[in-house]
Amino acid sequence: MSAPAHYEVVIGLEVHAQLLTRSKMFCGCPTTFGAAPNSQTCPVCQGMPGVLPVVNKKAIELAMRTALAFGCRVNPACRFARKHYYYPDMPKNYQISQYEEPLAEEGRLEIDIDGASRTIGIQRLHLEEDVGKLVHEGTLETAQASLVDFNRSGVPLMETVSKPDLRSPEEAAAYLKAFRAVLVFLGVCDGNMEEGSLRCDANVSLRPRGSTTLGTKVEIKNLNSFRNVQRALEFEVKRQAQALDAGEGIRQETRLWEADRGYTRSMRSKEYAHDYRYFPEPDLVPLRIDSRWVDEIQAALPELPRARRQRFVAQYGLPGYDADVLTQSRALGDYYEAVLREPAPSAGADRPKIVSNWVMSELLRVLPGDDERAIATSPIPPRHLAGLLRLIDDGTISGKIAKDVFQKMFDSREDAATIVGREGLTQVADETALGAIVDSVMAANPKAIDDFKRGKTVAKKSLFGQVMKATGGKANPTLVDRLLEDKLAKIQR
Amino acid sequence: MIHQPIHTLADAYRRGDLTPTAVAEAYLARIDALDRRVRAYLTIVREQALAAARESERRWRAGTPRGPLDGAPIALKDVLCTRGVRTTAGSKILDTFVPPYDATVVERLRAAGAVILGKTNLDEFAMGSSTEHSGFHPTRNPWDLTRVPGGSSGGSAAAVAAGMAAGGFGTDTGGSIRQPAAFCGVVGMKPTYGRVSRYGVVALASSLDQVGPFAQDVTDAAHLLGAVAGHDRRDATSIPAPVPDYAAELAKGVAGLTLGLPDEYFIDGMDPDVERAVRAAIEVLKGLGARVESVSLPTTRHALAAYYVILPAEASSNLARYDGVKFGLRVSAHDLVGMESRTRAAGFGAEVKRRIMLGTYALSAGYYDAYYGKAQSVRTLVRREFAAAFARVDLIVAPTTPNVAFKLGEKEDPLSMYLNDVFTIPGNLSGITGVSVPCGFSVSGLPIGLQILGRPLDEARVLRAAYAYEQATSWRGRRPDLP
Repeated sequence: MSAPAHYEVVIGLEVHAQLLTRSKMFCGCPTTFGAAPNSQTCPVCQGMPGVLPVVNKKAIELAMRTALAFGCRVNPACRFARKHYYYPDMPKNYQISQYEEPLAEEGRLEIDIDGASRTIGIQRLHLEEDVGKLVHEGTLETAQASLVDFNRSGVPLMETVSKPDLRSPEEAAAYLKAFRAVLVFLGVCDGNMEEGSLRCDANVSLRPRGSTTLGTKVEIKNLNSFRNVQRALEFEVKRQAQALDAGEGIRQETRLWEADRGYTRSMRSKEYAHDYRYFPEPDLVPLRIDSRWVDEIQAALPELPRARRQRFVAQYGLPGYDADVLTQSRALGDYYEAVLREPAPSAGADRPKIVSNWVMSELLRVLPGDDERAIATSPIPPRHLAGLLRLIDDGTISGKIAKDVFQKMFDSREDAATIVGREGLTQVADETALGAIVDSVMAANPKAIDDFKRGKTVAKKSLFGQVMKATGGKANPTLVDRLLEDKLAKIQR
Repeated sequence: MIHQPIHTLADAYRRGDLTPTAVAEAYLARIDALDRRVRAYLTIVREQALAAARESERRWRAGTPRGPLDGAPIALKDVLCTRGVRTTAGSKILDTFVPPYDATVVERLRAAGAVILGKTNLDEFAMGSSTEHSGFHPTRNPWDLTRVPGGSSGGSAAAVAAGMAAGGFGTDTGGSIRQPAAFCGVVGMKPTYGRVSRYGVVALASSLDQVGPFAQDVTDAAHLLGAVAGHDRRDATSIPAPVPDYAAELAKGVAGLTLGLPDEYFIDGMDPDVERAVRAAIEVLKGLGARVESVSLPTTRHALAAYYVILPAEASSNLARYDGVKFGLRVSAHDLVGMESRTRAAGFGAEVKRRIMLGTYALSAGYYDAYYGKAQSVRTLVRREFAAAFARVDLIVAPTTPNVAFKLGEKEDPLSMYLNDVFTIPGNLSGITGVSVPCGFSVSGLPIGLQILGRPLDEARVLRAAYAYEQATSWRGRRPDLP
């Protein structure tokens, strides 16, 4: 559903991503998900009297990697700040976050929407600590008590705020998908929205088409799937359009998306908005980011899926579809290029496409292409696939045999030459020996010869099949075809 | 054995004339006899102390003591977290709080073999200058039980002065070590901000708090500081600089040092006895070969105002965690906000509430720049002013306080109480180091303190000057008139 034609939709997204560090943002506790309540805690992440935070360097590194992937400017100095509000899942009743001096600013993310590409600005990227979790006995309304689990308290969170560049709920969903893909690709976040590793809030407003000033915005919380982002925004756009059409105006407020009921409801209005009383965190010194460190991370940055897809098309002449499939995960793209890097002395110019065909039709028949781990630990490493293709190129085996060999390689983890050698699958390519087999097949099939003489060229195919059968499929098909052609031509004459 | 400095006790342990167990027992007996009147302690850890003393005794007997503090009976201000021992910060809201961990300072003291006798009283959350505003009971000055010991570390200062601990530790946020040291006639040192780890110290104002020792003499202060100073990776604000052997530097004297005398530290309305004693002390230092120059620190008059914005702001934030959810006091109510409000209403005293309100206001949207932002600018000026002065002089000498210990209940107006810290606060705002060393008595027989301030990380020189003065005078031999 799109907005009524006379309004322009303006959306910005705030995405919180849990970083894949082993320990928490400000203490050494593990970040493991799903452990027994409060088993992954210490005085620091429980906010006990006297404790102090110490910054997790790995979290800074992962956030910098993300910032650089989005083309952000990493600030030479940044600072943590305290953000105050009372909530029992937050042990100190303030959250250590970043406010005026974030880690990085001014980046962009390209999204594809309806076959066209759009660039969405990223305003800022900063680090903060996650809060704990409340567990209610029964429902919130009926619970006699609430329990707090601080296992999640202090897990590193990276907040990325987009510019208000998104123009439809579809674009918002596309942004979140592209954003998630980049984070997962970079290995900074597992992207699991169900477990809350990735969370999204949206700011949405409408304005008359052609207007350049922003309308009153509403913040929507609890958008924890791509589908919910789109549905909630669609609902909200419609709600705001109706309100504006009716001349009611929009109240600046925070609304909660009720996924089960399919609507947003008011959480708190601006009058009750928090005054977070930010001030620089005095327990931490300003963080100076050495430009050499930035350069190192930049240099080690992997190519992003989108750029890689474009390069695969340009460099290897692959169809767009192939490039899409091959770049669905970092491991698969790496796998493909690793095969290409292996020596292939007798291969032709169409090798990139041939390798692509093998990866797409054979490898992805046995392994899921989006599973980084499965591809990276494939029983058939790129070297083995390249070896198999070499055996085809130099005529040792036929393409048909090669497919059987592929399955055997997958089952046994052996290389192609070993399997082909042991099982005697080497193609018969000796012209004299093969000539004798062709002669005997022709002699044994006088009817086919007669048919051929009468102009039934299909008879040649039958003879071809007989020769292949007689050699157990190992005959070089090109050679068989040529020998048959020659010998039948002689008969015809 | 009471009133013997720690280094003298160590000598006696080495010779076998005394044992740590006998000394610990003597101190515990004195606490039993005397503390009903002084009320320096909130918690005594008798069994732990005796166990630690026996361990120490074994080490001394085996000839393997851990250093000069091994077997030293000491008192800790009750903001230093002690594993398994209740730590209250002087507040009802933490009446039942037992930390599962030791502060870094406590860890280091245990490692040095010190015998911890107990936890001492303070103004609630270290907010105050008299130890009257403890959530439990006031502490009294051993020199005159009708007077305050100063604060906020009044319990540790009184314990050392009364011979109920051989040494002690406090925290100094705006003078909370130096001022009670002056009022109680003991040595009290505020190290450079970042010299001693704050990990495990219940925070008042994070950018100002610093842990430091109380001692019977300067030599002990050097040993006590040396045992706890140094980088701690659990405190991001601690300084990764090597720790000098403070005691080894003491005897170098003051000859050739230039001392700065700030005009702004001799103000109208200050106690003439204090001015007389401090000026006399400066003459003593001159006599020992120091040069004295006048320096100007004009921003001093704005320091107090800036301090009373920054401190409440940080305190309002640090105290937000006391909500009844996780530890300490909980007053039940029908809903969460009710529980939190009632817990905080019942658990915090008036001064704490006052400062939380001040700080919350100062950090509010729309007021931040005018208050917190402005106060930080003043702080920068104070810091620059000290840096400029220390480019010309090696040390700055001044009174620790404008007056001697006042009567309990005498300063009911918070503002007049705040003024007590006017000479100590600039040292916290600038992060420099300073010591208060006894320099005489008022006509009424109350102790007076000489404050010696030094450059960041220049504790060795500050202690050296204090030691030279102490050795040239006999004030440290005087004891309060207690049984």
